[in-house]
Amino acid sequence: MSMLLEVSGVSVTFDGFRAINNLSINFATTELRAIIGPNGAGKTTFMDIVTGKTKPDEGQVIWGEKNISLLGMSESQIAREGIGRKFQKPTVFEAQTVRQNLAMALKTPRGPFAVLMHKKTKPNAERIEDVAARIGLSDSLTRVAGELSHGQKQWLEIGMLLAQEPRLMLVDEPAAGMTPEEREKTTDILKEAAKTRAVVVVEHDMEFVRRLDCKVTVLHEGSVLAEGSLDHVTSNQTVIDVYLGRAHA
Amino acid sequence: MLRLLYLALALWFTMPVAAAAQSLQDILQTHQDEVLSPGRRSVGVVLDDLVASGLPQALPFLESWRDREIVQRDSDGLFFRVTEDGDTVTLQDLDTGDTLTASEDDLTESRPNGGVRRAIGDALVQFQLSDPDIAKRKAAVEAIARSMDASQLGPLAASIDDEPDAELKETKTRLVGMLGALFAETTDARVSAIEALSGDLSVDVRAVLNRILSNSEAVAASVPEDANIARMLVVGEDLTATDAYTRLVEAELAPALITKLQIREALVANIDGDAVSGVPVATLNTDAARALAYDLLAADGTVPPRVDETTQTEAVAAHRFFVQYAETDPAITDAARAALDNIERNVALNQSVDLGLDALSLASIYFLAAIGLAITFGVMGVINMAHGEFIMMGAYTGFVVQQFVPDYTLSIIIALPLAFAITFGAGVLMERAVIRHLYHRPLETLLATFGISIALQQLAKNIFGTQARPLTSPEWLDGALVFNDVVAISYIRVAIFVLALVFLCIILFILKRTRLGLEVRAVTQNPGMAASMGINTDRINMLTFGLGSGIAGIAGVAIGLYAQVTSEMGASYIVQSFMTVVVGGVGNVWGTLAGASLIGFLQKGIEWLNPSNTLAAQTYMILFIILFIQFRPKGIVALKGRAAAD
Amino acid sequence: MQRSFLAQNPSVLWFIAILAVFTVVVTLMSEVTGVGLISTSFVKTLGKTLCLCLVAIAMDVVWGYCGILSLGHFAFFGIGGYAIGMWLMYARTEGIVMTSLAGQPIPPTPAEISDAIGNQIFGVVGSSEFPMIWAFADSLALQLLMVVLVPGLLALVFGWLAFRSRVTGVYLSILTQAMTLALALYLFQNDSGLRGNNGLSGLQNIPGYQDVSQATVSIIFFIASALALAAGYVFFAWIVSGKMGSVVKGIRDNEARVRFLGYHVESYKLFIFTTTAVVAGIAGALYYPQAGIINPGEIAPIASIYLAVWVAIGGRGRLYGAVIGAAFVSLLSSWFTGGGAPNIDLGFYVIQWTDWWLVLLGFSFVAVTLFFPKGIGGLFDYLVRKPS
Ligand SMILES: Nc1ncnc2c1ncn2[C@@H]1O[C@H](COP(=O)(O)OP(=O)(O)O)[C@@H](O)[C@H]1O
Ligand SMILES: [Mg+2]
Repeated sequence: MSMLLEVSGVSVTFDGFRAINNLSINFATTELRAIIGPNGAGKTTFMDIVTGKTKPDEGQVIWGEKNISLLGMSESQIAREGIGRKFQKPTVFEAQTVRQNLAMALKTPRGPFAVLMHKKTKPNAERIEDVAARIGLSDSLTRVAGELSHGQKQWLEIGMLLAQEPRLMLVDEPAAGMTPEEREKTTDILKEAAKTRAVVVVEHDMEFVRRLDCKVTVLHEGSVLAEGSLDHVTSNQTVIDVYLGRAHA
Repeated sequence: MLRLLYLALALWFTMPVAAAAQSLQDILQTHQDEVLSPGRRSVGVVLDDLVASGLPQALPFLESWRDREIVQRDSDGLFFRVTEDGDTVTLQDLDTGDTLTASEDDLTESRPNGGVRRAIGDALVQFQLSDPDIAKRKAAVEAIARSMDASQLGPLAASIDDEPDAELKETKTRLVGMLGALFAETTDARVSAIEALSGDLSVDVRAVLNRILSNSEAVAASVPEDANIARMLVVGEDLTATDAYTRLVEAELAPALITKLQIREALVANIDGDAVSGVPVATLNTDAARALAYDLLAADGTVPPRVDETTQTEAVAAHRFFVQYAETDPAITDAARAALDNIERNVALNQSVDLGLDALSLASIYFLAAIGLAITFGVMGVINMAHGEFIMMGAYTGFVVQQFVPDYTLSIIIALPLAFAITFGAGVLMERAVIRHLYHRPLETLLATFGISIALQQLAKNIFGTQARPLTSPEWLDGALVFNDVVAISYIRVAIFVLALVFLCIILFILKRTRLGLEVRAVTQNPGMAASMGINTDRINMLTFGLGSGIAGIAGVAIGLYAQVTSEMGASYIVQSFMTVVVGGVGNVWGTLAGASLIGFLQKGIEWLNPSNTLAAQTYMILFIILFIQFRPKGIVALKGRAAAD
Repeated sequence: MQRSFLAQNPSVLWFIAILAVFTVVVTLMSEVTGVGLISTSFVKTLGKTLCLCLVAIAMDVVWGYCGILSLGHFAFFGIGGYAIGMWLMYARTEGIVMTSLAGQPIPPTPAEISDAIGNQIFGVVGSSEFPMIWAFADSLALQLLMVVLVPGLLALVFGWLAFRSRVTGVYLSILTQAMTLALALYLFQNDSGLRGNNGLSGLQNIPGYQDVSQATVSIIFFIASALALAAGYVFFAWIVSGKMGSVVKGIRDNEARVRFLGYHVESYKLFIFTTTAVVAGIAGALYYPQAGIINPGEIAPIASIYLAVWVAIGGRGRLYGAVIGAAFVSLLSSWFTGGGAPNIDLGFYVIQWTDWWLVLLGFSFVAVTLFFPKGIGGLFDYLVRKPS
């Protein structure tokens, strides 16, 4: 199976502290993957590296069929390559409406001139409404994003990801601060999205991960500790020692 | 003690002669004929005796003799000094100074000729140079240093051995060295004198060498055989063809060019109806047309013809242009050149040391001005545009204190803590009233503090007026620490440097060794975490702001001491302070130090490269800083960690 | 496109309508029509104010919408003024020189003319040579091109350098201030080629139209300023509405997020920074012929800060706010400093507004930032929304 993203031998050091240590991890073109690990394991930093926010000290990040290296690229170039990212803290444009947020994310030409000359079209409007329907915000399109509830903001951000139509979605702790019903819906959205693309979810909540029902990678001190089905990794003794033991203590 | 001994010795040597001829008149009477009509040769005997006598009255006599004020009374052959006031003639006794009147008929003037008077002058110098009064000797030496005349070399050299004062002896020796370089008899003597000078950095030695090397540019059909050529000038490289021709004209080796102005005047003078030589006036609006018309006039012989290009080129080609030394002996100019080069290398070295000191003091000022800003910026992420006005407040505090405490030392000692207290208070007030409400809105803080800045500036103007107020430094800060002729630094700058050093230590101590410092650093690195650890960030913010402002106040006193105190003085430091903070890196004392040093040294360096234009220097410096930020957006000492990441 | 855009933004139409009425009323009441209710000097003041409003909306776009607190836009304004000033001064001096040379017995050569003009213009700085930068001063068309080209290029190069290395926030403000200071210091030099601190003067005299009265000239410039303001308003309103507006406001609120959406943030910032700089230059080119004189002091960093003050007082992030702020504060400021405001006698002290205006402005500015962060424009919103 050809890989969509291959991360191999990546290390990052902050002031002598090794946040990512010789990390290697691969994702297939269509898959749903959960990454779990204790706080400070380097999950967010891993996303930073893939999306170009942090430059690794060593290692390779190879993307797509043409095997392009992502390391020399800027954040916006990587995003245009088809990697979308949801941040740990929900970040939507609170001063703008839901529709404007989605319109901005919609996969259209990104150059200033094209944007300046951009015209509203029917197909685009339909795409926005379609995404809004998927995240359950159809009725809120004209509302200002700042007025949304925390969970709705999380969905809006996921919606913006969907509107980007990325080939790889990196989702950082989507369920944080959500009610159980909201979590359920979030799982559905993610599972649905993973049918046509690769979706990588970072999450702490075991129930949430279980419901995702997918391959799980355990990160610890900046490298992969275990990989496999949830049952497989949770029965791993080291995982229990470093993560589950602590989490359930 | 040693000096007394010298004096005693000198007296003892002169004693026997003095004993032989008790009065000046006696000596003069023994040489009656030579005194009355002295010859270039015969005068030597009289002078020798006079010098040997050591009589104090000999000196004024010599002066009078030189100035042709000595007469002989025919009746008794005695010599007197004469003063004429209208018809009355007054005689003065040469020994006692008593005055008496006499009739003009009874007197014969002594009329020394030019050569004799010069000899007298030399003897005079010798007299002054060995005068028992050190002040007179010094004055004589200074006079020689001013005039630098060949005749002074002999007497000066002769007076060295007997000079009792060690310092003056040293000065005399130096002066003899310089005079020797200029006037010694033989080439060898001059060369060795010149070589001896090459270790001396002083301006007067350099002047002497430059005088030996004085040269002039000259032109001739061929280089004269006996000329001492400094270098040849190549037309096209050292001077343009036009310049070369101009020199030929000046040396009257070629006919003068007809200038455009002359052409114009000639044409105007020869307008005939509405044409000049048949060329219509209306068409004379280009140089070519005018030249044509002029040539027509020249063909008629009305005006002298123009010198055409080829003539010019040929004339230039037919001549040699060179630089010629006034001194004809190449051995001497070579030696002088070598000595001067050596000195200049040395001077350059010393100048860079001097420049370094200047830069260091400038860096200290920037450091003092910026460190307060850096602390507040680092801890609170807030740019305080009113920082410059706190500097101004400090300076005015100093000024006001001096109005009440006239003792300058005491007033400075009072002003420093008072300025700190006042600006500390102002800073805390501003933090409480304004900045606290604007956290997380850094740009608005910038503007709000700017509002305070204009208000404070105008307030100061309303209170103290627009004219500059002096802040006088205590006397012990006047003057400069002089290392040699090139390297010197004023005590005020030394004091500011020390002050900056003291503040560096105090701040480092507070930050590294106190509880407050620990908390400040914690808030700098991660305010959220610090707050959750129970640190009262509110209090820390208030205190750091007060501290930063207080240091600005002290910087104000220091700056006021060497610059003028005006309501606008803060504004002139604020941008530099920003630069210092930004270049250095935020939130780090060492960063500010590095930034201040970089900017201080850079500014001095640019000023040195372009000394005439300080405005240009500042422009270039800012451009450099803008470029620097491109490559190190976080400054020299970048703060790492999450706090700095965004 | 344009129609639908205007239809969607009725506030723009309102603004244009008010501005048009204002322009017509002022024109009718000026000395040109013989009514003379508004003096020529006041027409000039109003015209200048319109130009300040134009540069203020440019400032609002770059700061209020894009979040770049530029302390350099008044420098671009000044550059525009210098660019047009060079032509005005050259052409007028040329006229004077030609008249004086006309009486000569033989016609002058081009070199003589240029020398005489150079002498007239640069005599004050002890020179008569034309510096390189005056190469196009004899051509109105080229100097007009300079009005947009020089601020535009400067903004482009500076912005490219700064944005590329991700200098943002307070750092960027300080950096733009440094740029402004460098420019002002450069212009203060006598050998800058722009007459040092003498600046360019006599700009109110339009070459070739010496016979036209200042009353007419002032009205023409007033109307031109109004047209420029209207055009600028529509242009910027168009830019900040629609998707471009979304992106730009997104950059203001969360630059990183926009980047991760795939937008090349630097290009957008550069676009906004440069366009606003060009408009600032145009505003300056209209302002200084009405002011009559430009000198390096006009460009000093403080001027750009005042510009930010106007926008903040008027209300950021809304174009009419910038217009209100610039007009309100600059007119008020000339009323106070011009001695128009009555002094207040406190018995023990007389408050003279010429001395105390800046104190008042400074503190009221602090008050606005603290208590009315949305400025006067925010008040407007409040009044308009309340009844509905
Ligand atoms: N920019 C940075 N500077 C310093 N340390 C960092 C930086 N980014 C991440 N770290 C450190 O790297 C480690 C991994 O962080 P992160 O990837 O956020 O962990 P998590 O798995 O909880 O998302 C943490 O210890 C964090 O403090
Ligand atoms: Mg994380």
